[in-house]
Amino acid sequence: MLHDYLLAPFLDFAFMRRALVAVIAVAIIAGPLGVFLQLRRMSLMGDALAHAILPGVAIGFFLFGLDLWAMSLGGLVACLAVALLSGLVSRLTAIKEDTSLAALYLVSLALGVLIVSLKGSPRDLLHILFGSLLSISAHGLALVVATAILSLLVLAVIYRTLVVECFDPAFLRAVGGHGAAAHMAFLVLVAINLVAAIQALGTLMAVGLMILPAAAARFWARSVGAMVSLGSLLALAAGLGGLLGSYHFDLPPGPAIVLGAGMAYLLSVAFGPAGGLVRRLFPGRHLQH
Amino acid sequence: MAHEQVCETVPPPSADTADGVIRLDNVTIAYQRHPAVHHLSGAFTRGSLTALVGPNGAGKSTLLKGIVGLLPLDGGAITIADRSALGYLPQVTDVDRSFPMSVLDVVNLGHWRRIGALGRLTPALRQRSRDAIADVGLKGFESRSIASLSVGQFQRVLFARLIAADAELILLDEPFNAVDQRTVEDLMALVDGWHLAGKTVIAALHDLDFVRRHFPQCLLLAREPVAWGQTAAVLAPENLRRARVAADGWQPGADICAA
Repeated sequence: MLHDYLLAPFLDFAFMRRALVAVIAVAIIAGPLGVFLQLRRMSLMGDALAHAILPGVAIGFFLFGLDLWAMSLGGLVACLAVALLSGLVSRLTAIKEDTSLAALYLVSLALGVLIVSLKGSPRDLLHILFGSLLSISAHGLALVVATAILSLLVLAVIYRTLVVECFDPAFLRAVGGHGAAAHMAFLVLVAINLVAAIQALGTLMAVGLMILPAAAARFWARSVGAMVSLGSLLALAAGLGGLLGSYHFDLPPGPAIVLGAGMAYLLSVAFGPAGGLVRRLFPGRHLQH
Repeated sequence: MAHEQVCETVPPPSADTADGVIRLDNVTIAYQRHPAVHHLSGAFTRGSLTALVGPNGAGKSTLLKGIVGLLPLDGGAITIADRSALGYLPQVTDVDRSFPMSVLDVVNLGHWRRIGALGRLTPALRQRSRDAIADVGLKGFESRSIASLSVGQFQRVLFARLIAADAELILLDEPFNAVDQRTVEDLMALVDGWHLAGKTVIAALHDLDFVRRHFPQCLLLAREPVAWGQTAAVLAPENLRRARVAADGWQPGADICAA
């Protein structure tokens, strides 16, 4: 019974095994990156970056068709350009980021959809927007896995600097830490992981697996280490659950996975011990001291 | 106010600039070209305990940030004998107190100079952090999350971080803001201890009576340096009056300073 639901799909079908590997690779790094986006109060920034990818991917598609490398390169260039520009703007000027980012991602989405529609079919558009996890190519899978491994290594190196840069950047500068460099490296990691995740989840859904598990983790964990671990675990669970759900109920996998993460988030908002609703509304009788 | 007055330079203080741990040569730091610290020269001598006072907007925090390197200079130069000996306490409001970190985690950051981004936090260093936490009176709080602390307790944690860092040159930005009397006394006792141990301490402060009681040296800023030297002489009524007048001189249409 359990075997039928949980194992059989992967034992029986190679495409499910490939999808599983892709989901694990995407999820394991998306959690930690999402946690840092949240700690830096940059969740919206992540969302805007994911949208900014679209015109780049669309131009790659327009010039070379559904080619993995052309589309990835286009997405990466667009994403890095936006990340670095907005980072520079917020560092060098007094402008608030949120409005300009919201404007940016609306324009990006419209532009991307337009460019794809010029050349491709609605099917191509769906593929780019929502990914094609169940038919991911060998190259696509290699790209996703390599990106995840590389990103985990880089994140391990910049981890401590990044935590302190989030918590107390002035202190870090005073003791000679390289906070700005870690921040830039982090933005690049977000960009390449969003681009790699397009293969699995599409440009619109890729960022979901970063933001939602990390947001959920905050309601349970009280240290950055715990949040990072839990973010990864929740992303993995959402990925696995969404994949199985999409198999058994014939749903598109990208949205199923992001909805899985969304469910984890809603449950955490309700029941999480660190600031969840139930705990806030029913804190229990006060203690002696 | 006429431009010449705004741009007037005050003679450097009597401090012997050759012996300075931190030497300031004609330092100007500006926000949108309006100087917040203007033509400041002088030196903080080794082992001195100096209060940095002046009205709001006088440039106290700005000067400290300039020394630490958080703000670029618009003119002049700051020379620090040993930058790696620098310890900086930011204003409490500049730190994210809701950050998910424990008291011990924060104090461990004091070891950054020794272990950097990748080095191992040895048991010996951990023990030093615990000792520092005990020194500031927070024994038993090691694993508490900083979000659950009061402002005063959090300020003690930041002091413990300075102790763990064992800095020789300590800059405190408004260390006693919004903390209760008991905390002020405890923290000031720590500062006195540093002074006795020969460390150099500079603190931006508001309470002039408190400064008169505890700080032998004083630098009175009002964007321009007004006076610098022995506290009693610096905080004379005439100097304080000049500081109040000079601090109000921010003008939207100010001319370019020729000096």
